[in-house]
Amino acid sequence: MESATQDVQIRDQLATELLSIVGADAVVTDNEALRPFECDGLTAYRELPLMVVLPASIAEVRKVLKTCSRLGIPVVTRGAGTGLSGGALPNPDGVLLSLTRMKRILSVDADAKTARVEPGVTNLAISEAVKHLGLYYAPDPSSQIACSIGGNVAENSGGVHCLKYGLTVHNILELKVVTVDGELLTVGSEALDSPGFDLLALMTGSEGMLGVVVEVLVKLLSIPPVAQVVMAAFDSVERAGEAVAAVIGGGILPAGLEMMDSYAISAVEDFVKAGYPVDAAAILLCELDGHAAEVEEQIARVETIFNSQGATGTWVAKDRATRDRFWSGRKAAFPAVGRISPDYYCIDGTIPRRQLGKVLVEISKLSNEFGLRVANVFHAGDGNLHPLILYDANNAGELELTEELGNRILELCVEVGGTVTGEHGVGVEKLRPMCLQFEDAVLEQFHQVKAALDPNSLLNPGKAVPTLARCAEFGAMHVHRGQLPHSDLERF
Amino acid sequence: MADNDLKGEFLEIVRSAFERSEKLRIEGSGTKSFYGNPVVATPLDVSRHSGIVSYEPSELVITARAGTRLSEINARLAESRQMLGFEPPWFGGQATLGGTIACGLSGPRRPYAGSARDFVLGVSCISGKGEYLAFGGQVIKNVAGYDVSRLMVGALGALGVICEVSLKVLPQPEVETTRVLEFDKETARAQMVRICKLPLPLSGMSFWGGLLRIRLSGTENGVRAAEQTIGGETDETGVEYWHQLREHELNFFNRNQSLWRLSVPATAPVLGLGDDCLLDWGGALRWIYTDHAPQTVFQTAKKMGGHATMFRPDNGWPNGRFSALDEPSKGIHMRLKSAFDPKGILNPGILYAYV
Repeated sequence: MESATQDVQIRDQLATELLSIVGADAVVTDNEALRPFECDGLTAYRELPLMVVLPASIAEVRKVLKTCSRLGIPVVTRGAGTGLSGGALPNPDGVLLSLTRMKRILSVDADAKTARVEPGVTNLAISEAVKHLGLYYAPDPSSQIACSIGGNVAENSGGVHCLKYGLTVHNILELKVVTVDGELLTVGSEALDSPGFDLLALMTGSEGMLGVVVEVLVKLLSIPPVAQVVMAAFDSVERAGEAVAAVIGGGILPAGLEMMDSYAISAVEDFVKAGYPVDAAAILLCELDGHAAEVEEQIARVETIFNSQGATGTWVAKDRATRDRFWSGRKAAFPAVGRISPDYYCIDGTIPRRQLGKVLVEISKLSNEFGLRVANVFHAGDGNLHPLILYDANNAGELELTEELGNRILELCVEVGGTVTGEHGVGVEKLRPMCLQFEDAVLEQFHQVKAALDPNSLLNPGKAVPTLARCAEFGAMHVHRGQLPHSDLERF
Repeated sequence: MADNDLKGEFLEIVRSAFERSEKLRIEGSGTKSFYGNPVVATPLDVSRHSGIVSYEPSELVITARAGTRLSEINARLAESRQMLGFEPPWFGGQATLGGTIACGLSGPRRPYAGSARDFVLGVSCISGKGEYLAFGGQVIKNVAGYDVSRLMVGALGALGVICEVSLKVLPQPEVETTRVLEFDKETARAQMVRICKLPLPLSGMSFWGGLLRIRLSGTENGVRAAEQTIGGETDETGVEYWHQLREHELNFFNRNQSLWRLSVPATAPVLGLGDDCLLDWGGALRWIYTDHAPQTVFQTAKKMGGHATMFRPDNGWPNGRFSALDEPSKGIHMRLKSAFDPKGILNPGILYAYV
């Protein structure tokens, strides 16, 4: 009883202090008002935080963190809440630090090809703001109209163009980070490198465990004058996999190289009529960009390679409308699968490309063994698989079965030399498979890295790295009848 | 160089050093021994731990032991018409992969293709506690765990003895050519900033001795079209120039004088440290000889938005080699060092006295 009273006292004190920092309209304590913050894109996990605080400036973030540090209150940072691994799942005893009010583009330097932005700016807003200069920000996660740049940094987000243009870590120059005790830290610089350890790399993808990103200097690229897409159909997924290897081995670095299997193709075709060959066992979509002369040459070569690898048909998108139509199918793959199954569960493993054939055969065997259908869509260029397990949560035990199948698929990814998460992050969802991938000593070293920056483990505690004592429960991206939060967004 | 797996041996050495608090100086072939603050400690020779562990051209990934010579890696990659995208400097034929990654230096292609750390996918190393730790992996997209692999790049061995590295590699361009144009320094710098904004297949931009050289890499048609846009003339000695620039074999570098490296925004004006300067990286990397005091050089670089390194001191250099860190960064460096190397036995003082 005494401790409950103490809790109430601390909560009241915290609310009072936070109110004095950010003002009454920027602290949320009412249970109903807290509800929208209870989960991120991974809806299977829900939790209400003690309170939500929405600072509007770096100075306010620093004060909030100083206060929380002093009172020993956990802090979970949240951007747009589109993450898919529960990285922004609130802590029931902690503050949820929402950075959505910090959404200004502070400056654009056309000569330096950089933009300085606050963390709440959406990914796409950056490209839109610099389009008139012939520039864009390259990483393009599918949720780019809604996801924030701060969240992109926290997750080291990718997108369909990473093979050629890299992940977030390759496209940022400098971060301003508030440490757990409210210090303002600058990592990286306007130059191409910095003295000392590469803290910029360490911070990127650290899932809010090491600091709070409050400002980002992003690198901008010149918009390629031309982009073209060629689609190819194959009568087996193995053959399509070999064709991917032949393109890359042939010295071509496509802007995007995507694969879908027959199950995904038919789901998509029923949904968006992208013009995909529904009798194919697999299709590849290959986008090349650059100078007109270069793209024309490479498109012809890719088409030749596809044909020599036994493609049953190839189609070059001759105009913008056709190109958009080809991509519309790939981008709609998840909602399309959501239409044909009450629920689906998304896996995010990466494998060495040469293992693609083997892994697909194994997934198919597992699918039969578990009696659950699996549709496959991949970022084939970089080996990032998104198998979608179709199930019905209303059938008793089917969710658990699905989770077990998902775990087996991730085990398979690790077995063939891959990783349990290519781009969605570990969050709370993949704590258990993390134990599969890393030795205890490595996990322990991760904890020590965390302790070096956050000794009392107040920043996003319990996420990203499992404790050695007990690997956390295996979770799931539970999508009931296609109802994701932000279900209007393109995904993956 | 024969394939040789010595990590077991190294583990014993580091464990025993840890127990006895004995300091170790990690050595490769010594081609870059001029770089970083001097370390007085027992040598640990990692150059014999060598061999390409795996290489699959269609994966664009190579994994090799730290002592593997860059010459061996390049030859192997060239068989499949591939290359290291960051064009690392060798500074000697025996340069090793481990030394290259520990120093984290990148060549003329860096602004356009990426840096050493950009291409690192995985690093296995031995911590200062004597534990063998495998970070990252061999796949291009991987966000599991903190990115310790990239943290090791440029850390000069202060966080771990690098044993094995996996790198993303790139296809060799079909065609590579160099254009050369005459300018004064300030105009050249402005031209580099202007050209960098155009969607061209750039792979190098350097200014020295009144000549701006621009390297283009890509397909035949793409490169020819870019040549038209840029103008100037073809530099028939282009291949040699970029090689000599990367290796510091140009006459500019042939001097008995301390060489400064300034990494600054390409848009920063040519600074007041004298005129003895070579520009690489489209103006973002500046090699300088100057008689100004070290503090002046460090401060000037900072004002320009970057940092300075005393890259190759002429002789007994009493000062620190690297730009000082601010207080919050300094604290994090000390705590990270201690997380990986609690007794401070690995290359102590090589970056800063406190690391």
